[in-house]
Amino acid sequence: MSSTALSQFSIPFLMGNNLNAWSEALAGFNLFGLPLGLVILAAIPLVFIALYSLTYGVYGERKISAFMQDRLGPMEVGKWGILQTLADILKLLQKEDIVPTSADKFLFVIGPGVLFVGSFLAYAVLPFSPAFIGASLNVGLFYAIGIVALEVVGILAAGWGSNNKWSLYGAVRSVAQIVSYEIPAAIALLCGAMMAGTLDMQKITMLQSGSLGFAHFFLFQTPIAWLPFLIYFIASLAEVNRAPFDIPEAESELVAGYFTEYSGMKFAVIFLAEYGSMFMVSAIISIVFLGGWNSPLPNIGPLALNDMTNGPLWGAFWIITKGFFFIFVQMWLRWTLPRLRVDQLMYLCWKVLTPFAFVSFVLTAIWEVYVP
Amino acid sequence: MSNQTYTVIFYLFAAITVCSAAFVVFTRNVIYSAFSLLFTFFGVAALYVFLSADFIAVTQVVVYVGGILVLLLFGVMFTNSIMQAPKKSEVLHIIPGTLLLAGITGALLYTFYTTHGWMPSETTLQGSIVERIGFETMSRYVLPFEMVSILLLAALIGAAFLARFDKPGK
Repeated sequence: MSSTALSQFSIPFLMGNNLNAWSEALAGFNLFGLPLGLVILAAIPLVFIALYSLTYGVYGERKISAFMQDRLGPMEVGKWGILQTLADILKLLQKEDIVPTSADKFLFVIGPGVLFVGSFLAYAVLPFSPAFIGASLNVGLFYAIGIVALEVVGILAAGWGSNNKWSLYGAVRSVAQIVSYEIPAAIALLCGAMMAGTLDMQKITMLQSGSLGFAHFFLFQTPIAWLPFLIYFIASLAEVNRAPFDIPEAESELVAGYFTEYSGMKFAVIFLAEYGSMFMVSAIISIVFLGGWNSPLPNIGPLALNDMTNGPLWGAFWIITKGFFFIFVQMWLRWTLPRLRVDQLMYLCWKVLTPFAFVSFVLTAIWEVYVP
Repeated sequence: MSNQTYTVIFYLFAAITVCSAAFVVFTRNVIYSAFSLLFTFFGVAALYVFLSADFIAVTQVVVYVGGILVLLLFGVMFTNSIMQAPKKSEVLHIIPGTLLLAGITGALLYTFYTTHGWMPSETTLQGSIVERIGFETMSRYVLPFEMVSILLLAALIGAAFLARFDKPGK
């Protein structure tokens, strides 16, 4: 079995366009009886998070924010400051790893780890291409919503372990925010799941494919879908602690929130976790409402744009592009909108988003039953 | 993966569950025991996955880690005196405690040895398990389902009533 798997593995791009072909070939790849393929399968999203947060996450955000504020941003290291992130990483690696004397050593150390694992675990069910998904679960979407819980515990561990009032307040604010906004977010995603009739991420994406491209996406299938789409987008901003909901790390009030005491690599891990969950929510919104790895281009008469731009590699391109687009919107909002107060945040969640999420839930149900 | 790998992973998760559960009980630091519960809940979720109950495993994570554990941590963190309070109770009931322990262990072992083995259902599962759970809750178990939702609604209203501000005029 091992040898046949190896011969398949050596030609990954010739394995055809079968659903999950790459990931299944990887999962069956054993070296010396050890499931090495499974390790590679898990490592691919990890490498992706690291690469994307280094390039687009840190450098891109600094440049975008600079252009929005009519500045130049990093310009010194390399042409247009391209090597700035690399220099930052080298600096972070060399920094002394400081653990405050009065901190709870164990919780202080495991906090960032649990936080990162929480944001990384959801990548298991994100279909990165028609041929690649970490684990094709039939409860994929539910899992992706639920696993955020681990992140919450990581934030609390980091905040409490720091033994600092700013950190604890930041952690408590962050957790209260994430736990509250999970409700409108989950109900909004449930509308998408109702339109699909399944929780399997790969199936949700397949249901949105067709020769008309974007017209098959759930967002354009019903007029109601815009409501859960917007609700989920707003709630996802709060879930990843991005502006205008960045009160957990409000620098004018709390220094830096739950990661005030962190420095060096632990700080980098916390930021990696934040960028990881930013792409995660962007990918989820693209999968549920915007067709995931499906090409948005329609077939126009003899010009079969949709057929030309669909396939395993194109799929990876489309989902990453869609994810990056939503991350761009998140950055854009961050540098445009002021921060909400805590009471305004809770008002928005419980008195605006949750009722509208219920309304969209009922309307979607009626639409699905009565409109053919 | 081979059967042996599954066995190894199963025992790994079983060990995590049991060890962290023991840590919850034996540690003297309340915060540590609360955080240790995280590993217990995840271990139990992993054991559900081994029983092919994916949906229950995810529900376990959502309800216990996302709900109960966070509530517990908030409670522990905001209760100032919890770290100073004496942990050892003055009242010790050794004989009833031992009897209770022996009784429960005996009953569990008896159940395990008399009813072990799998009991296959008459109807085979067709399609996704989520679909099946949805149909069952909306048809055969609709009354318990609705009763539970009314119970939760009552609890929610009660909590909101207790937590709201008293108007100074009253």
